[in-house]
Amino acid sequence: MLQIKDLHVSINGKEILKGIDLEVKAGEVHAIMGPNGSGKSTLAAALAGREMFEVNSGKVTYRGENLLELSPEDRARKGLFLGFQYPVEIPGVSIVNFMKTAINEQRKFKGLEPISASDFLRLMREKKELVGLTTSLTNRSVNEGFSGGEKKKNEIFQMAMLEPALAILDETDSGLDIDALKTVAHGVNQLRRKDNATVIITHYQRLLEYIIPDYVHVLYKGRIVKSSGKELALELEAKGYDWIKGEE
Amino acid sequence: MEEKHDHILKEVTGSEYKYGFFSDIDTETIPKGLSEDVVRLISAKKNEPDFMLEFRLKAYRHWLTMKMPQWAHLTIPEINYQDIIFYAAPKQQASLSSLDEVDPELLRTFNKLGIPLEEQKLLTGVAVDAVMDSISVKTTFRESLAELGIVFCSMSDAIREYPELVKKYIGTVVPYTDNYFASLNSAVFSDGSFCYIPRGVRCPMELSTYFRINAANSGQFERTLLVADDDSYVSYLEGCTAPMRDENQLHAAVVEIIALENAEVKYSTVQNWYPGDKNGKGGIFNFVTKRGICKGDNSKISWTQVETGSAITWKYPSCILRGENTTGEFYSVAVTNNYQQADTGTKMIHIGKNSHSTIISKGISAGHGQNSFRSLVKVVKNADKVRNFTQCDSMLMGDKCGAHTFPYIEVENESAVIEHEATTSRIGEDQIFYCNQRGIDTESAVGLIINGYAREVLNKLPMEFAVEAQKLLAISLEGSVG
Ligand SMILES: Nc1ncnc2c1ncn2[C@@H]1O[C@H](COP(=O)(O)OP(=O)(O)OP(=O)(O)O)[C@@H](O)[C@H]1O
Ligand SMILES: [Mg+2]
Repeated sequence: MLQIKDLHVSINGKEILKGIDLEVKAGEVHAIMGPNGSGKSTLAAALAGREMFEVNSGKVTYRGENLLELSPEDRARKGLFLGFQYPVEIPGVSIVNFMKTAINEQRKFKGLEPISASDFLRLMREKKELVGLTTSLTNRSVNEGFSGGEKKKNEIFQMAMLEPALAILDETDSGLDIDALKTVAHGVNQLRRKDNATVIITHYQRLLEYIIPDYVHVLYKGRIVKSSGKELALELEAKGYDWIKGEE
Repeated sequence: MEEKHDHILKEVTGSEYKYGFFSDIDTETIPKGLSEDVVRLISAKKNEPDFMLEFRLKAYRHWLTMKMPQWAHLTIPEINYQDIIFYAAPKQQASLSSLDEVDPELLRTFNKLGIPLEEQKLLTGVAVDAVMDSISVKTTFRESLAELGIVFCSMSDAIREYPELVKKYIGTVVPYTDNYFASLNSAVFSDGSFCYIPRGVRCPMELSTYFRINAANSGQFERTLLVADDDSYVSYLEGCTAPMRDENQLHAAVVEIIALENAEVKYSTVQNWYPGDKNGKGGIFNFVTKRGICKGDNSKISWTQVETGSAITWKYPSCILRGENTTGEFYSVAVTNNYQQADTGTKMIHIGKNSHSTIISKGISAGHGQNSFRSLVKVVKNADKVRNFTQCDSMLMGDKCGAHTFPYIEVENESAVIEHEATTSRIGEDQIFYCNQRGIDTESAVGLIINGYAREVLNKLPMEFAVEAQKLLAISLEGSVG
């Protein structure tokens, strides 16, 4: 699904990612953990194609294609989804209108007709239920005035609507209350299939109790310094990052 | 209905200016230039009663004493009035009894604009007065509206058929001395729409006028008069387009609205005159005076405008709130892209006690566009308990454009509550990336964000036209990002 080889990324000329190697196969869930500022969001943004994150060297193959050559919208249309750590507000644009536009753009890309009104409504209803989103929320403008937790739920809702092949969730769990966390985890698990994959960026072991990862990686100062099975998350929770830093 | 909609959308969604074509129509024109003889000639061509000629001549003589106003935040090249054709009319029978007598090329033109004049093909629930250059070529649904006592016809017909009504109201809201362009219009106006809604009647369909400039070197000077009698309601919409030409063309219109007791008038405009090319060559000079009076108690006038076209726009749809408990509203979206300039806004003149007004303005500047918002909220001494809320937002795209606001407030009564809010924003890179990440390309993202920004105003448009206006907004900003 995704192969990252020796990826170097900088912002404003400052190198943040200093050679990342990572392989994610279909059907897998990977967790990426690491202290603040270690470059987790940078990795996510670079994969999604945000322009200000400059790729200096390295290779990224996504479903057999050179990902780095694709525009951000084409990456999305080919099934790459990023759940933002800080979802942005788009005043006046209703979630309904936003999702309809997004879905139709993806359909157009695949050579399909725009979704019918009734299919769209049905899909909305189904996915809203899955992630526990109320209609009063989906009738509002995208993220405008949403609480932190509501914004995160909205990201998962969009993921559910778009059914991506590869979802990168950047701290989707932070700001969620325990019930919301369970709902979100439930949503992600429901969407798990043999042919898709999820990369979860998180600070907390808690989420990983609900979404069991196949691998846990520790990103530290722009490098993946440790990769292991799900037990690594527990170890990190118990010992903190000093342990990793000490091993350096 | 759905199909019709799709058709209009397709027409609008192509990039660039879609309506820039010229139709080869047999047109009668008078020689270039302006003089008292030209004013008399226009009046004679229309077989007008004496009072109308008198009105025109007084206006013309007054205009001669006036100078072009300089106060607007606009750079206007000198206009040579001797180089303009003041009357250009598609040739046709003096009075049309059926559509068969209309020049087929004319019908084709309006079809191409998405305004079919065959009634069965029209958007249901919309009656259209189609004005080409100096004259009205066809008014649809005239007969069925007449059954309700509603008069909806061209101004020329109204002057001949309802001289009493016209005489009673014309120039009462915008006197011929009002301003330079209103005086000019009063002297040379050639056509426009007239509408009278009788007492107690709720007009069952949208009334609309579609203005088209076609002939070269001509100006369009139309005059619209709308009278809503006691307890009546009407929603009215105007649209406009013009061919692409390297020369500027002048459009100086006057719209007057009179709302009597408990009457409500909604007036919406989707202004899409040719804006000129990317380098600022050509385009319409749009100098318009629009004013309504809430004459009777509890009456309401609401202006909604989506201004995307014209090289220069100079226009301030205003309300005189004369009656008690009257309401004036102004909702505006104005786009200036490339080298377009707009100086637009409103005046709310509170004379009646307990009168309320709302002003919502959304300016969008891109390219080298200059966008000015200008408003006056005036409360006279005896007007107790007046309320006004003004919100004026500006959005800037790129760093070569400008947004300017000139809000004036004159309050002579202490009980007035006047609120004013203003914001300036830009489309964030993060907003665009968020859309990109959901598969929406940058052009569409800008369209989406802009329409969200303008939603409060677009929501006020009649349903049938809201979608079209949304597309129009997106298109007029194409290429302005990235
Ligand atoms: N737009 C930016 N301009 C300058 N520096 C930036 C920018 N974005 C990120 N950085 C820097 O890059 C480094 C990595 O940031 P990043 O957001 O990837 O960290 P993170 O691992 O996601 O941290 P957190 O756990 O706090 O979310 C930090 O030092 C940060 O300050
Ligand atoms: Mg982060």
